[in-house]
Amino acid sequence: MNYVPKFLNRESRATPAERWLVGLSAALIHVTRRSRVHPYQWGRVAGVRYLEQSITMHYTSGVSAGLRAGGGYHIFSRDWMQVPQEALEKTEGALVTEAKAGSAEAFEDLVNRYERKIYRLALRLTGNPQDAEDVLQETFLKAFEHLPDFRQDSRFYTWLVRIAVNEGLMKLRKRRSDKSEPMEDGVDDDGQVMPREFRDWKPNPEQLMSQEEMETLLMNAANSLPAGLRTVFFLRDVEELSTEETAEALNLTAGAVKARLFRARMRLREELAKVLKRE
Amino acid sequence: MNALTCKEAFQEISKYYDGDLSEDLKRVLQEHLCKCGHCKVVFDTTRKVIELYCDGKLFPMPSVVRDRLHQALRRKFEGKPL
Repeated sequence: MNYVPKFLNRESRATPAERWLVGLSAALIHVTRRSRVHPYQWGRVAGVRYLEQSITMHYTSGVSAGLRAGGGYHIFSRDWMQVPQEALEKTEGALVTEAKAGSAEAFEDLVNRYERKIYRLALRLTGNPQDAEDVLQETFLKAFEHLPDFRQDSRFYTWLVRIAVNEGLMKLRKRRSDKSEPMEDGVDDDGQVMPREFRDWKPNPEQLMSQEEMETLLMNAANSLPAGLRTVFFLRDVEELSTEETAEALNLTAGAVKARLFRARMRLREELAKVLKRE
Repeated sequence: MNALTCKEAFQEISKYYDGDLSEDLKRVLQEHLCKCGHCKVVFDTTRKVIELYCDGKLFPMPSVVRDRLHQALRRKFEGKPL
């Protein structure tokens, strides 16, 4: 016969101690199921390290999407037993310090962390997979070569982005000299960029076309902009660099970054509206 | 604070997404958007532009590209010519 704890047996009376124990367990389960913080991190809630990890999780991990969507660690799920990978990862700063001290493994960890983002940025800037791969390789090879010069007064990722942007723009300049493609034409002209298309878009356009069709649409729209505009758009709106970081990476003033970003958004909106607007 | 014209609203929409608007200006912009369908479309679709380009599923890095990158890096680590 299965053992049934006395306090679960309706026919018996629970002692005050048992009732207290049940109440405490229920409260613990309730708090844990409601919590959006893994128990592993509870001890760090007040600490800077927790904040840093939360930010990392928020921006880099699908975990955050689940948490923001209302999920949480469930006391009966396997998550209870698993420490989130992000919590175990070294900080960017620690990896850079180790890499600067000569650890190839630490540098490779940094590469693993940022290679996809740098590839995407390179592809968006150049609009060409072969050029994007060249930019990706050159970026990390140059970063490794010049790592001793990196002073760690800015984020490593921002430094990588700056190298990638320089490499990407060099590719574009070369292509321009080969084919006379415009690069900066119209970037800073004083003509007003005003919306012309006021029809709303179809709802959820990303569900109306295949991933490949959407990539082609976005790529073509971006390529219709001068490189000076689309670079600012990708750094600010996609890579989420600050205005100041973008200005520093591109040798522009903060005002020029804001003006270019406005123009880029408006022009992309017009380009995409040609396909995405309601009939 | 005075009401915005559409031309002013377009500029403020971009500043809104930059996080550069004061609470007062946000309120004035919201009031304008409630009254002006055209500007509301510009506001919504500008956000959609940003969302579409931020979709992390798009433009994945092919595994062969990753393999070639790591091969090049290992040669660099070992001081071999690339």
